[in-house]
Amino acid sequence: MKTCLVVDDSKVIRKVARHILESLAFRVEEAADGREALDACAAQAPDLVLLDWNMPVMSGMDFLRALGLSSVSPRPKIVFCTTENGHAHIRAALDAGADEYVMKPFDRETLAGKLQIVGLG
Amino acid sequence: MSDLSPASTRVFSAILEARTGQQISPGRRWRIDVALAPLLRARGWRSLEQLAAQVGSGRDPALAETVVEALLNNETSFFRDPAAWTLFATRALPGLIEARTAERRLRLWSAGCATGQEAFSLAMLLADEPRLAGWSVDIVATDVSRAAIDRAREGLFSQFEIQRGLPAPLMLRWFEQEGEGWRAVPALRRRIRFHHHSLLEPAPAPARFDAIFCRNVLFYFADAVRTRAFDRLAGALAGEGVLMLGAGETVIGQTTHFASDAAARGLYRRTQP
Ligand SMILES: C[S@@+](CC[C@H](N)C(=O)[O-])C[C@H]1O[C@@H](n2cnc3c(N)ncnc32)[C@H](O)[C@@H]1O
Ligand SMILES: [Mg+2]
Repeated sequence: MKTCLVVDDSKVIRKVARHILESLAFRVEEAADGREALDACAAQAPDLVLLDWNMPVMSGMDFLRALGLSSVSPRPKIVFCTTENGHAHIRAALDAGADEYVMKPFDRETLAGKLQIVGLG
Repeated sequence: MSDLSPASTRVFSAILEARTGQQISPGRRWRIDVALAPLLRARGWRSLEQLAAQVGSGRDPALAETVVEALLNNETSFFRDPAAWTLFATRALPGLIEARTAERRLRLWSAGCATGQEAFSLAMLLADEPRLAGWSVDIVATDVSRAAIDRAREGLFSQFEIQRGLPAPLMLRWFEQEGEGWRAVPALRRRIRFHHHSLLEPAPAPARFDAIFCRNVLFYFADAVRTRAFDRLAGALAGEGVLMLGAGETVIGQTTHFASDAAARGLYRRTQP
C-alpha cells in the first residue's frame, strides 16, 4: 500500500485530505508542521508528502529545503497543497524541488489527477 | 426522479436531439431539472412546464438555443485520460510526423472540444515536440455549443478548471493569472482556431485531418446518427490519420470505417474503403 504524509497545521484540512487519500488507497500519516514532517519522513519513508505552505515552527518551503539537505532516502514525491496561489509562489516551489502543486480548495478529482501526474495514480 | 411532465420532457429531449444528436436516456432525465434550474431562475420563469411550452411553441429561437446549450454536458479537463494522451504521443504522433515530413504540416481537429481543454492540451503537447520545429501545425477545435466555443476562444479558466489534469510547470509556462482565473497566453491561443460546428453537418475545412479527437461526444448519439457521424469523421481523416475516442467509447458494432490499431489498442484507424 502506498503511503502519504499529510503536512498541514489545520486539523480540518488534514482530515479532508486523509479522507480523499484513503479513498485513493493510500495509508495516511499526519504532521502539523515541517519539523514533525521531517521526523516522520526519516522514520516512515512515505511515497508522497502533501505539503502546506504556511505553518508554525517550520514552513513548507523550509521543510522542502531541509529535506533536500537531509539523508532521507528514497525521496518522497512532494505535492504542495496550499492557499498560496500566485504564479511566483508556484514557481518558487517547483524551483525548490516540489513535484506538483495543488491550489486550495481542491477536490478528489483534482488531487487524483495530480497524483497521476507524479506517477502515484 | 424528475417531476417534469412526460410532455415537457419530450419537448426538451426532442429539441436537444434535433439540434445536437444527443439523447437523454430515461435514467438521465433528472439532469433536465438540474441543467435548466439556473436558466429558470435567471429568466424568471415560474416552472419548467412554462419554459417547455415556450420552447415548444417555436416562437423564440434564441431561447431554444439557450436551453439546448444548458442541456449539453460540457464536462472536460486538460489531458483527460492521461493514458490516451501517452498513447497518442508515443504511438500515433511519430508515424504522423514521418508521413508528413515532405509537407512539414500537420492538421488536427478537436471535434466537440467543449471549453477548449482538449485543444489546448494538444497545442501544448505539439509545441514541445522538437521534431515539429518549423512545421505548420493547424489545430481546429469545434463544438455545437456557442457558449462553450466563446469560452474556449477566451482561454480563461477558473482555478478549479486550470488544475484539472494540467501539470504545474505547463500551467506556469502557458497561462497567466488574470483576476481569479488563468488565461492562456496569446502564443498558445494563436495555435488553435475555434469555431461553432455540429457533428451532424459535414466536417469543417480542410477536411483532411491527420488526427481527429472526438472524445466523449458520440456516446449519447442514437445508433444511426452515430454511425453517420463516423462516416463523416472517416471522410475527414487522411488515409494514414488517427481517430481518438473517449476512454469508454469504441467503434465496435457502430461503423465499418474504423478499426482499432492492432498494435496500439485505443488508436482508431480507417479501414480500407
Ligand atoms: C463531455 S464534452 C467532451 C469534451 C472533450 N472532447 C473531452 O473529451 O473532454 C462533450 C462536448 O460535445 C459537444 N457536442 C455535443 N453534441 C455535439 C455535436 N452534434 N457536434 C459538436 N459538438 C457536440 C458538447 O457541447 C460538449 O461540449
Ligand atoms: Mg497552513
